[in-house]
Amino acid sequence: MVQRLRVRYAKRGRLRFTSHRDISRAVERAVRRSGIPVAYSAGFSPHPKISYAGAAPTGVASEAEYLEIGLSSACDLERVRADLDASLPPGLDVLEVVEARSGSLADRLEASVWRLRLPGADVAAAEQAVKEFEAADRVEVERLTKKGMRRFDAREAVRSVAVVNEQERTAGQEPGPPCVILRMVVRHETPAVRPDDVLMGLRLVAGFAPPSPPEVTRLAQGPLDATTGEPGDPFDVERADGDL
Amino acid sequence: MSVESLFPRLEALLPKVQKPIQYVGGELNSTVKDWDEATVRWALMYPDAYEVGLPNQGVQILYEILNELPETLAERTYAVWPDLEALMRSEGVPQFTVDAHRPVRAFDVLGVSFSTELGYTNLLTALDLAGIPLDAVDRTDDDPIVLAGGHAAFNPEPIADFLDAAVLGDGEQIAIAISEVIREWKGEGAPGGRDELLMRLASTGGVYVPKFYDVEYHPDGRIKRVVPNRSGVPSRVFKHTVMDLDEWPYPKKPLVPLAETVHERFSVEIFRGCTRGCRFCQAGMITRPVRERSITTIGDMVEAGLKESGFSEVGLLSLSSADHSEIGEVAKGLADRYEGTQTGLSLPSTRVDAFNIDLANEFSRNGRRSGLTFAPEGGSERMRKVINKMVTEEDLIRTVTTAYSQGWRQVKLYFMCGLPTEEDIDVLGIADLAKKVIKAGREATGSRDVRCTVSIGGFVPKPHTPFQWASQCDHETVDRRLRELRDALRGDKEYGRAIGYRYHDGKPSIVEGLLSRGDRRVGSVIRAVWEDGGRFDGWSEHFSYDRWMAAAERGFSGEPVDVDWYTTREREEHEVLPWDHLDAGLDREWLWQDWQDAVNDVEVEDCRWTPCYDCGVCPTMGTEIQIGPTGRKLLPLTVV
Repeated sequence: MVQRLRVRYAKRGRLRFTSHRDISRAVERAVRRSGIPVAYSAGFSPHPKISYAGAAPTGVASEAEYLEIGLSSACDLERVRADLDASLPPGLDVLEVVEARSGSLADRLEASVWRLRLPGADVAAAEQAVKEFEAADRVEVERLTKKGMRRFDAREAVRSVAVVNEQERTAGQEPGPPCVILRMVVRHETPAVRPDDVLMGLRLVAGFAPPSPPEVTRLAQGPLDATTGEPGDPFDVERADGDL
Repeated sequence: MSVESLFPRLEALLPKVQKPIQYVGGELNSTVKDWDEATVRWALMYPDAYEVGLPNQGVQILYEILNELPETLAERTYAVWPDLEALMRSEGVPQFTVDAHRPVRAFDVLGVSFSTELGYTNLLTALDLAGIPLDAVDRTDDDPIVLAGGHAAFNPEPIADFLDAAVLGDGEQIAIAISEVIREWKGEGAPGGRDELLMRLASTGGVYVPKFYDVEYHPDGRIKRVVPNRSGVPSRVFKHTVMDLDEWPYPKKPLVPLAETVHERFSVEIFRGCTRGCRFCQAGMITRPVRERSITTIGDMVEAGLKESGFSEVGLLSLSSADHSEIGEVAKGLADRYEGTQTGLSLPSTRVDAFNIDLANEFSRNGRRSGLTFAPEGGSERMRKVINKMVTEEDLIRTVTTAYSQGWRQVKLYFMCGLPTEEDIDVLGIADLAKKVIKAGREATGSRDVRCTVSIGGFVPKPHTPFQWASQCDHETVDRRLRELRDALRGDKEYGRAIGYRYHDGKPSIVEGLLSRGDRRVGSVIRAVWEDGGRFDGWSEHFSYDRWMAAAERGFSGEPVDVDWYTTREREEHEVLPWDHLDAGLDREWLWQDWQDAVNDVEVEDCRWTPCYDCGVCPTMGTEIQIGPTGRKLLPLTVV
């Protein structure tokens, strides 16, 4: 392996229904189609050197997914970005490619910013639920995992949660049905607290129950800034000496 | 009139179902054409789950060919799983295409490809979800023409009530011809409605419209005759055969799914048809004659297909791939070309006698030597003569010995149980054969680390084969023989642990037998099963034998027939069979003679290499054998 690249990509629109396995197959094929000189592992059954950090769940859109790819010969970063993007189906979009510096990328992904769109939900009820959730020390929720029903705290990992005021209306259109937008910053912990766990928490503390499933998007993930309480850009290290 | 996308309504349901990605479309190389600019609109369905249906070659080929036509568009639709079906019903979302999520009922044609009869109940689900009346006679000018193709369409009688039309054989040219008929008819303002359109299609002799034929029965239940019920409808409908596969190099742009599917590879058909003459094999009988694709076209298709898809495996498909006249050169050329690129080659369907070790070495050069599969089909020498699978025990032992000594550790052997004239000793012969295989393997390698897996399927007599007259073995007998074989294998101290054994119970074969050789009266059974919740009958976790038997009880009440009548009953030479008016080109007298030869252990050679034995196909259909060698080689490609 000659060059190690780090890639930020988005999964958008209907492609949010891809699972982690679907994405990894799609990326391997895109790499082959684009002719990017990916390095292969040695051994009996060689695999392309592509690894993924913290994939968003099936059904969740994301503007900030990350993978690493090892190349057998050095390539121009912008060209890899454009070629890979062109070879992936629309909706899996390659946003940024940097050359890896030292340190694990996965370790830098400490927290995520999530946006939850809740069609038909009531704004006042949402605000009240958020207030009660933040006031609680612990909010125990349950989720069905592969190992059966698990019970865990959904409060501690939540750095912040708020109802945001977004104008969804575009000029000339009728205002749509009421809709609540939640924005939350959640630390990556074990067991992982997912946006729907927080939503379950809001229901448990205040009976807040949106009428239809949430549309969830990961807006960003990165190292958590202690002062702002927001995740920073995980590629700051790679960008430290200016343009790479 | 434009058609709105159903996606926004579907999207709200997707978070609640398993594997939602299978319903969203957007695959690489998929096509969405403008609705209003097209005159003829096809919805192509494979009546099984997306993961099975997407890789289907037939659907992919027609999808691409139809979308290349001006004024024509084609989209795909698949069977939805019961979780989504329930939500679609409660939310009123109709059957949709995955390409542009348009409602299936808005199309001109719903073309359904049946590889197996077990997709029939899924057809009914799709029609019902689409809002298309199940009975063809209840449909209006607002409903699409429901058209069946695929191998099961060579006897579409059990689903005749639900179909407007069926086509037999290769789909490439007839799909284009049907589009042209529809385009003209619409251009004239659709005179006479759907009946006139169906009449125009039927009068060509190449499209079967079941409702234009009446079936008359004898009091004992046998068919008296099948006759056209209006003038201008031909008494026989013929199959379609594409000559010169080099002129039809599809798929050019293989669909690359996001969801996981059963075949994750780029497949190229290296030839169509097979004249080995295995008597149980419907595919070999109805796809005659052999037509090879040339080595250069195969090379070009592989190159383009890999480039378009990014797949890392190539499958060279046919009914017996090692029989291609230049298979050695194809294998070597492709292995050379893709050396060091992590591209695997696979050759499904290899005959024992056509296999050679050089070929196997080429195919495993870029991959691993995991396993080889051979299909002797019959456990005894006599049984193999009956089915005309001309493979001797010697051939088999020699082939597997070579394979073991060349480094393969695992050999799979495929057999059938319940073949005509079969006795217990024929099935128990499988155990002896498997033991001999392991013994030879141990001697050849000097190691005990060789394995063999015996895999057994139940035999189902099929239309248009010499066994179309045969009695199907009852499931009790099949199950008993399979248990005895299991005991014979497991009980062997010396070899038992080196032999794996895979089998299924015999009940599903009885249902398949009912559907394969059924007539129009079986339609009410299919409907009853579907009404009782029958779906995905090809999946053991969804299939219910008891449901089928209960439905048959209801469906056949008042008729002089029952399940045994359709399955275990042997037919007389001159009994009118439900598919006799559907012409695969096979001479009925030749089929009967071949059936008599089977019973008398008489074998028939392959007409590729010996004189014609008058099966009837070439003169009836105006076709000919097209095989190489061309003498050409595959040129190495310059690596970019």
